Amino acid sequence: MMRGAVDEAKLLLIGIPVAIWTLLPIYHMFLFSISSKEEAFSGKAWPDHPTLRNFGVVFREQHYFLNHFWQQFANSLLIAVAVGVLTLAVAATAAFAISRLRTRGGRVVLNCALFTYFIPAAFLAVPMYKAMGAYSLLNSKWSLILAMVTIASPYAIWVLKQASDRLPYELDEAARIDGASPLQLFRLVYLPLMAPSLVAVGTYALLLAWNEYLYAFLLLSRDQDITLPVALGHFLSADDSPWELLMTAGLVYALPPAAIYYAFKRYMVAGLTTGAVKS
Amino acid sequence: MSTIALPKVEPLDPIRPKRRGLSPWQVWGVALLAPYILVFAVFVVYPVAYGFWLARDPQSYVRLFDDPVFAGAVVNTLVFLIIGINVKMLVALFLSGFFVNTRPWIKWLSILFILPWAVPSIPTILSVRFMLNPEWGLVNQVIFRLTAADGPNWLNDRWLALTMAILVHVWKSLPFWTMILIAGRLTIPPELYEAASVDGASKWQKFRFVTWPSLATLYLTSTILSMIWTLGDFNSVYLLTGGGPADLTHVLATLGIRYLRLDQVDLAMATIVVAMPFVLPLMYFMMKRLSK
Repeated sequence: MMRGAVDEAKLLLIGIPVAIWTLLPIYHMFLFSISSKEEAFSGKAWPDHPTLRNFGVVFREQHYFLNHFWQQFANSLLIAVAVGVLTLAVAATAAFAISRLRTRGGRVVLNCALFTYFIPAAFLAVPMYKAMGAYSLLNSKWSLILAMVTIASPYAIWVLKQASDRLPYELDEAARIDGASPLQLFRLVYLPLMAPSLVAVGTYALLLAWNEYLYAFLLLSRDQDITLPVALGHFLSADDSPWELLMTAGLVYALPPAAIYYAFKRYMVAGLTTGAVKS
Repeated sequence: MSTIALPKVEPLDPIRPKRRGLSPWQVWGVALLAPYILVFAVFVVYPVAYGFWLARDPQSYVRLFDDPVFAGAVVNTLVFLIIGINVKMLVALFLSGFFVNTRPWIKWLSILFILPWAVPSIPTILSVRFMLNPEWGLVNQVIFRLTAADGPNWLNDRWLALTMAILVHVWKSLPFWTMILIAGRLTIPPELYEAASVDGASKWQKFRFVTWPSLATLYLTSTILSMIWTLGDFNSVYLLTGGGPADLTHVLATLGIRYLRLDQVDLAMATIVVAMPFVLPLMYFMMKRLSK
């Protein structure tokens, strides 16, 4: 009995600091979102008069920094969905060609993808920015969409290729003997069996694009074109920024991806995390 | 953790007609690979080649090495990589041992623990930035209440600010690496631990002779991959300190972008080229690992 209590205490001694460390910045953001400016700056652990007024100000775009809030929200959403869909299309076809059709040169393409995956993101950003300029795509949503597809697809291809390799090849042979064409094989055998991995990969690409700051900040600049994280970064340009509004808008921006992450966690963990490092 | 594990069966060779050239199946394969090949050529090969061409002037490197901000950024990057990542990975290794305990409250905690990884980094980094505000931030208000003394100006001192940036980075990525190491620990057969218990092994001995040998490769791979990702981590520094005070907390990732914003593209590319001898071996290691 005694030993059990000691063990439990030891675990709590780890668990409580871990919980505080994990939650503090998020709680702080939440705290600001329900506080008036004065209360937010007072350092209280809970405001005397919690209020939802900040959300009203954000949703009605009643501040200079928030003039295009809904437009920017829509930009983020549009770009994230486009990146998710395009990445899925590019990666699912490539993985099918490499893994199921055993296309000659597939190995080389896979290595190119892996090479891209391992270029540190901020290092690729500089040449990507110059190239987008050369393509006259700067300030167009397409520049960010295509850049994010470039960044998301390598890992997507790798994960899908791993998952596809685990499907039994007898299925392909059976389909082929029945006279299926490659496209029918892709549509009727490969896509249905790969559904869980496709969900994981699509979600991965969507979240990657929604969360991206650096590329969005470089490639888009007009207030009505930028995505939400870039707009949040703009709050820093003034010394007397309305931090309570910044944190409120930040919370609104952070909730959808967190919800999606938890909803698809099952797929994400099985499909993605192990793939990242397991050999 | 793997979703489906079926025995590997070698595929039939695609039915290839005797005539020369590609079979229809191979033609389809190339057609389906084409979208990615196009993306790779247009948005990786061309930009990288163009970037190297922009950095062709040896004068750029002379100017880069003359810039004191560059020397500082190299040191900061090394501190970030050597101290930051090792601390993070050791904590992740330790916490992965904590989270494999099967108590209900630990299961709940593990769900909360993933939050920093699941939420976008921008608002949370900005939240930390305000917490560290010397006058109004939560941290200094707590220090004042506890000690009646003013706390430090966290982001106005090079090493304090860099430490905070490292902590922000750790906060964000610790859950991911902990999950990876938990997955690694769960693949270790429980019989090994039972056998060790029968032999009277202590906790440390169980870690040293059962856990560590099974996790070492995964741990090393994770560390290398984390180094690559950390080299590309722009947000933790840029959004917390903006490279300040006085450009003293830049890392290579933020320095390259700073030059780009100052319209000194040759210096931006030179920064990246200079980092290559260090980055390429890491990339090579990871490619070897994953393409086995």
